[in-house]
Amino acid sequence: MLGLNKKDFNLLLIVMALALLAPFLLNPFPSDSGLAQFNAGYPDLMQKFVIFGIFAIGFNILFGLTGYLSFGHAAFLGVGSYSCVWMFKLLGYNVLPGIMLSVVTSGIFAYLIGIVSLRRSGIYFSILTLAFAQMSFALAYSVLSNPKFNLTNGETGLQVYADDPQIFHSASAPDLPHLFGLSMRATEKLQIGAWEFQFNAGYYLCAIIMIAMFYLSIRIFRSPFGMMLRAIKSNNTRMNYTGLNARPYTLAAFVISGMYAGLAGGLLSAMDPLAGAERMQWTASGEVVLMTILGGAGTLIGPVLGSGLIKYFENIFSKINSTVLHNWFSFLPEGLEDLMVTLIYPFVGKGWHLTLGVMFMLIVIFLPGGLVEGGQRVKRLFKRRKSSDTDDEATQSTPAE
Amino acid sequence: MDAIILQTLNGLDKGSAYALIALGLTLIFGTLGVVNFAHGALFMIGAFCAVFLQRLLSLSTVTIDETQKDFLGNPLKVETPYVHNWFGPETGAAIIDWSVPLAILFAIPVMIAVGFIMERGLIKHFYKRPHADQILVTFGLAIVLQEVIKYFYGANPIPTPAPDALAGAVDLGTLVGFDPNVIIYPYWRLIYFFFAALIIGAVFAFLQFTTFGMVVRAGMADRETVGLLGIDIDKRFTIMFGIAAAVAGLAGVMYTPINPPNYHMGMDFLVLSFVVVVVGGMGSLPGAVAAGFLLGVLESYASTTWATTTIPGINQIIIYLVAIIVLLTRPRGLMGKKGVMEE
Amino acid sequence: MSKSNLTRRGLLRNSAIAGAGIAMPTIFTASSAAAYTNEPTGSSVTLGFNVPQTGPYADEGSDELLAQQLAVEHLNGEGDGGCLNTFTSKALKGNGILGKKVEFVTGDTQTKSDAARASAKSMIEKDGAIMINGGSSSGVAVAVQGLCQEAGVIFMAGLTHANDTTGKDRKANGFRHFFNAYMSGAALAPVLANEMGKDRRAYHLTADYNWGWTQEESIVASTEALGWETVNTVKTPLASTDFSSYITPVLNSGADVLVLNHYGGNMVNSLSNAIQFDLLSKQVNGKDFKIVVPLYSELMAAGAGENIKGVLGSMNYNWQLDNEGSKQFVKSFGEKYGKPPSNSAQTCYAQVLLYADACERAGTFNPCGVVEALEGFEFDGLGNGPTLYRAEDHQCFKDVLVVRGAQNPTNAYDTLEIVEITPVDQVTYAPNHPMFGGDDATLGECNPGA
Repeated sequence: MLGLNKKDFNLLLIVMALALLAPFLLNPFPSDSGLAQFNAGYPDLMQKFVIFGIFAIGFNILFGLTGYLSFGHAAFLGVGSYSCVWMFKLLGYNVLPGIMLSVVTSGIFAYLIGIVSLRRSGIYFSILTLAFAQMSFALAYSVLSNPKFNLTNGETGLQVYADDPQIFHSASAPDLPHLFGLSMRATEKLQIGAWEFQFNAGYYLCAIIMIAMFYLSIRIFRSPFGMMLRAIKSNNTRMNYTGLNARPYTLAAFVISGMYAGLAGGLLSAMDPLAGAERMQWTASGEVVLMTILGGAGTLIGPVLGSGLIKYFENIFSKINSTVLHNWFSFLPEGLEDLMVTLIYPFVGKGWHLTLGVMFMLIVIFLPGGLVEGGQRVKRLFKRRKSSDTDDEATQSTPAE
Repeated sequence: MDAIILQTLNGLDKGSAYALIALGLTLIFGTLGVVNFAHGALFMIGAFCAVFLQRLLSLSTVTIDETQKDFLGNPLKVETPYVHNWFGPETGAAIIDWSVPLAILFAIPVMIAVGFIMERGLIKHFYKRPHADQILVTFGLAIVLQEVIKYFYGANPIPTPAPDALAGAVDLGTLVGFDPNVIIYPYWRLIYFFFAALIIGAVFAFLQFTTFGMVVRAGMADRETVGLLGIDIDKRFTIMFGIAAAVAGLAGVMYTPINPPNYHMGMDFLVLSFVVVVVGGMGSLPGAVAAGFLLGVLESYASTTWATTTIPGINQIIIYLVAIIVLLTRPRGLMGKKGVMEE
Repeated sequence: MSKSNLTRRGLLRNSAIAGAGIAMPTIFTASSAAAYTNEPTGSSVTLGFNVPQTGPYADEGSDELLAQQLAVEHLNGEGDGGCLNTFTSKALKGNGILGKKVEFVTGDTQTKSDAARASAKSMIEKDGAIMINGGSSSGVAVAVQGLCQEAGVIFMAGLTHANDTTGKDRKANGFRHFFNAYMSGAALAPVLANEMGKDRRAYHLTADYNWGWTQEESIVASTEALGWETVNTVKTPLASTDFSSYITPVLNSGADVLVLNHYGGNMVNSLSNAIQFDLLSKQVNGKDFKIVVPLYSELMAAGAGENIKGVLGSMNYNWQLDNEGSKQFVKSFGEKYGKPPSNSAQTCYAQVLLYADACERAGTFNPCGVVEALEGFEFDGLGNGPTLYRAEDHQCFKDVLVVRGAQNPTNAYDTLEIVEITPVDQVTYAPNHPMFGGDDATLGECNPGA
């Protein structure tokens, strides 16, 4: 269906279900229980999940298929964000022009950086992309925000001011990003017993785009073009000997993944109309690499899982403070309570980086194929229990190697 | 003229740190083929060896002085370091004053041990894994190491001054005929430069003139064949990892009087040192050292007023600009070998 | 906070869940019911404390968090009551705010505007926070202030020193207790002229981003007004760690004062580097060379160690201030945490109390009511002496401290000594001052959200 084989179609259905039902799935705990701390079903985080999912899906088209490890993808995300906010400033708060422009500008940006960087391969390519991204960051943070030529508004981040032209802004439209009048902040709350679920317009816009982008990435993975990219990864030299010039293909993959990043950046701004320069820093580029590898590079769903995991840690674990911990363990006797809090406290709140680092190491050491491999192992385990004869059928899409 | 001399000195000084870190990175990469993202963290741990020793030497007995008040108006707790009690106040103070140079002796065994543990406990299992996995696991390790340091020492920089005798600056200009006060340079920064030169020279001499070094070099060129000759190359490579860790650690110890160390100083150097290594050419030790000094000097020149008024913002991007130009004109960096990390 | 109390709250909470489980599932949409964003309906009200917990400013953030927790305690009538005893407004009774017990949630700004907005949003959208407080950089403050304006909650800024926060980026829902770069310049200049003379030549090193620029602009303007000459102003990249290549040109520039418009790690390193080059023992133009650090903080002083000796700068507050409110606050904070409060801790503490007090006086948590209660509010007893929350730009006006690195500190906490308390009149400016956005800058309308 939709030009997909059965397995891929099922995967798409799963992703659709996950994305559309996220407000329920991410809020499994009643809102005033101690475990509500782990609920992730509020608009901002759900938006981040799908937006960084798009970012990682796009990154995976380059890295997972061709093996080219770009360390500068955050630059495209940043360029997308800035383009979108500029559209808000010039045209008005409708998100469509902003998102479209962010894809276009990041595409152009990726094309220019791609032509230069792809002249080299391996780590030399990585460092070239890193250098371009770091230059973009430095320029955006200070040089391009000087009062005479303020393109990025530097440290504070680019935002919309009351005296901006906004030529298409009408009095009836909301004073925040909207899609033909539907505010991106509009949230319906549904209360069922002790549970509260939030349905946010902006989230659903992002989710629908994410599903479309996921579909597109399946089609790319399964297309002759995708085959060609894999061939480049497995043996570039042999490709050259057969008389094929690989560079147009890698450049196309680079630009496509840059446009994905730009789209993600545009959506970030569309959800929250402020673009900060640190989106372009090398740490942000590194983050998408981590997301992709953690989830499973070269698999279809891996990057989405990886991005979800990292964003979850960043937003949920960082908010657990000692008072919350004391609440959790309040059922224990006083001494034990303190002991538990002392043991756990270094790993949450201000120590959430530590947990993240430990988790990276554990996953890479024990699950070389990332979360997707973990899923496959679990599934295989269950299968073996049921019937011991079928075991090595790949459940998710096959890794690119 | 004097400005150029001063900026060259600054550049060589910055370059010393870059070169030392890049040298260690290249040693690990060249011998083990591992991309070590935790190398910046080793530099940081070295620096905290100095902090630890300073704290250790300053361990104190607490006596309550009724005549003085603390900020709450309670009697002041006066701390007297044990070394004052043991060696007398003057010798004791001198020992604490010299804690950074003393930390060199302390850091060498610690860093070699850290290197051994890292290689045997973790890196060893990643020789056959893709570079992306190596990057991820060492990056994870770097985060863990720096968070552990943060847990114990906080996020604020910790002042670790040079010994009083070596603080201050020397008037170099008068030695070569300039007016007084034109070219002055801090003692410690000069020491850092000579120290770096010494370490770099020692590493090269070790590889060049010892049997051990010869075997390691042979192993770097062709690991399999050396293995077939019945030499336990793995053991030697582990030792090289320890040496590389010690080089990074010493660079860190000696850096503490220049800038007070903090837990994320390794990350500040990490990206930069990778750029240095790549500009020098993957796997080339002389390349790494040369690129370190080159980028240090260029960075200093780019921060002069003349440069920043000619090209605004050049000081922000110079390193990356140079990296791009070098990589586009010399495909494998300054002295890189063919086929290394190009896949 | 005593353990038994926590246990009791935990119990209440657990029983509430049990109750909810039994109750019939009722389905309704809640968004239309509230009059303003996150209107507290239960017996408690939630404040959001958004401070850096990771990254270079983590220690400053943890200090702010300690102060905020202390404030919550005092509001709830626990501990010794702190500045509720000295605060000139007596609206607060120690029974929470408007009878509701105060609870709080925390978030990590990472000192990045994106991350700060994300954690603030999480506190507003998920935890129902009615006010956001804290932060340690102006970029973050402006970004979060904008968010709170859009979301319809109150923002009480923590440490933010750039003019823009209450200048061109001022917002009706945002309030700043901390002082700003203009005030630093206005307070420092007379002291500098007094101590160093009126014919000095200054060389500025400035962190190359928004805050650095406003700081440089303010100091240059106020020192030149007193007759100083500015030799050069050099921008240094934010990512710099080694400042030697910016320090050496100072040597032969003919300048006799170095002004370091740096903050945090930048300042610690640039000052340490300047001392390494022996600048302070030099003689230029027949005068002793001097270094000025316009914005000081206790943590920076600790990081720079001995290097701060004799270096002048300004502060919003110092625990050595001798007034009733300050003494009470230092006592409460010191007895609980074993160290005196930093100036960012004091600002966050005061902001929480001011917010609570405004709610009490307004009789509502509605942001528009709070804004009205805070605008033009005059108070004393929180540590800074008599203070005015100016209605036009939501900036606090109070005395500014000029401090100097102490020559012979007796312990780890008195490394800075107060040189002068510059009276508030001297640092007051017009709301439409050109450095603060001129006539274009407006607060806009207060936004209650919902």
